[in-house]
Amino acid sequence: MILHLIQVVVILFVLLNLPIGLIWLERRLLGGFQDRYGPNRVGPFGLLQPVADAIKLFMKEDWVPPFADRYVFVVAPSIVVVTVLLAFGTIPFTRHIAVADLNIGLLFFLAMASLGVYSIVLSGWASNSKYSLVGGLRAAAQMISYEIPMALSVVGVAMLAGSLRLGEIVDAQRHLWFCVPQVVGLVIFLIATIAEARRIPFDLPEADSEIVSGYHTEYSSMKFGLFFLGEYLDVALVAAMTTVLFLGGWHGPWLPGLLWFALKAGAVVMVFVWVRSVLPRFRFDQLMDFGWKVLLPISLLNIVVTGYFALLARP
Amino acid sequence: MWSTLRSLWLIFLHLFRKRVTVQYPEQRPEIPARWRGRIILSRDPDGGERCVACYLCAAACPVDCIALQATEDEQGRRYPEFFRINFSRCIFCGWCEEACPTYAIQLTPDFEMSEYDRRKLVYEKEDLLIAGVGKYPGYNFYRQAGVSIEGKDKGEAEDELPPVDPRSLLP
Repeated sequence: MILHLIQVVVILFVLLNLPIGLIWLERRLLGGFQDRYGPNRVGPFGLLQPVADAIKLFMKEDWVPPFADRYVFVVAPSIVVVTVLLAFGTIPFTRHIAVADLNIGLLFFLAMASLGVYSIVLSGWASNSKYSLVGGLRAAAQMISYEIPMALSVVGVAMLAGSLRLGEIVDAQRHLWFCVPQVVGLVIFLIATIAEARRIPFDLPEADSEIVSGYHTEYSSMKFGLFFLGEYLDVALVAAMTTVLFLGGWHGPWLPGLLWFALKAGAVVMVFVWVRSVLPRFRFDQLMDFGWKVLLPISLLNIVVTGYFALLARP
Repeated sequence: MWSTLRSLWLIFLHLFRKRVTVQYPEQRPEIPARWRGRIILSRDPDGGERCVACYLCAAACPVDCIALQATEDEQGRRYPEFFRINFSRCIFCGWCEEACPTYAIQLTPDFEMSEYDRRKLVYEKEDLLIAGVGKYPGYNFYRQAGVSIEGKDKGEAEDELPPVDPRSLLP
């Protein structure tokens, strides 16, 4: 019991400090893709740059606009962090390190991912500003369109593993990672999770060049910091989820399981940054078309084909 | 689809390109000789001030950052009593250099002149005057212009003919 509690605290500590590393990684990598260095002045290799930014963010005036819906405005940023952290609870980092390996872990993850959008919609609504509202509106529409392909893309994985428990899904990939038989599912899942984490090219809810800063236009100081934290935790979450569902979790030769997990999740994060540096933002109708007319049919087809082969393979 | 994959690959290759960033304090940028940086007042080869306090630079300055007061020494040479450039206003456009008839005011390739105190950006004549000739070696205004000063009358400058007496040209 005590051991488990310590484990939970350690995981929480690591997770809350993870965005510092992620922001650094993203900025350095983005610099690399753009033929420049990225932050390299503060601390060794610029590693302390996100820390400096966080301190600066703390010093900023924490301001609630007088026209905002005060209570909702204050609560909204915390929702995204809470839901992401809750979803992290189901992730098995290794066979023994997990907060709670629920028997409906996959379902729980999807549920929490859907709840996260409340944060965006409520902040857009409570800010009482047109840009925030448009951002929140876009977030809601985008989440609905991409939630469904995302959920359907992992059905194939659940069918092959025969379980919704994430630990068992990882164990089912002992011999063959699901990224081979479920390559279509992997691609759909990656696209949908980029939309889920509201990152370029699916960052329409923020869209700095169109609607100022979207849903967090009116936020400052640590409330804005919470959105930032939530976004990067979201990236880490979907990277970890991709690792668990498609890349064989902690399985791998020679190295310890936790290291394998971190390496795979890190690689997925790098892919996210890579995609971000390549693709420009989608137009909104393109986004909708792509979600409903391309991703949804393909993911349904993927389920049918996977089901067919799963039935064939059944003894 | 194909173009997306292609750009993914091409941008991935950029990771291994040479960085274009110049890491400034350690790595010096290459500054061209005609860079418009800190303004100086030059001297002629004999060590005298080139500035004749004609006010053309102050008139040309679009932000009015140059202030000076003309006066004359015992030799009859004009020079500025004070010469003041407010670098917190200066936009380094170089118009003063273009306007200057004696090559006195010049812009140099030095740009590192930050100060914590704004008042320190007001440069007086002693801050502006340099010992050398700047971009134009060998040029001395009073040796080439037809202005009379002590020790050099009209017609005695380089490449100058003696003054003509207009009365002698009468028919």
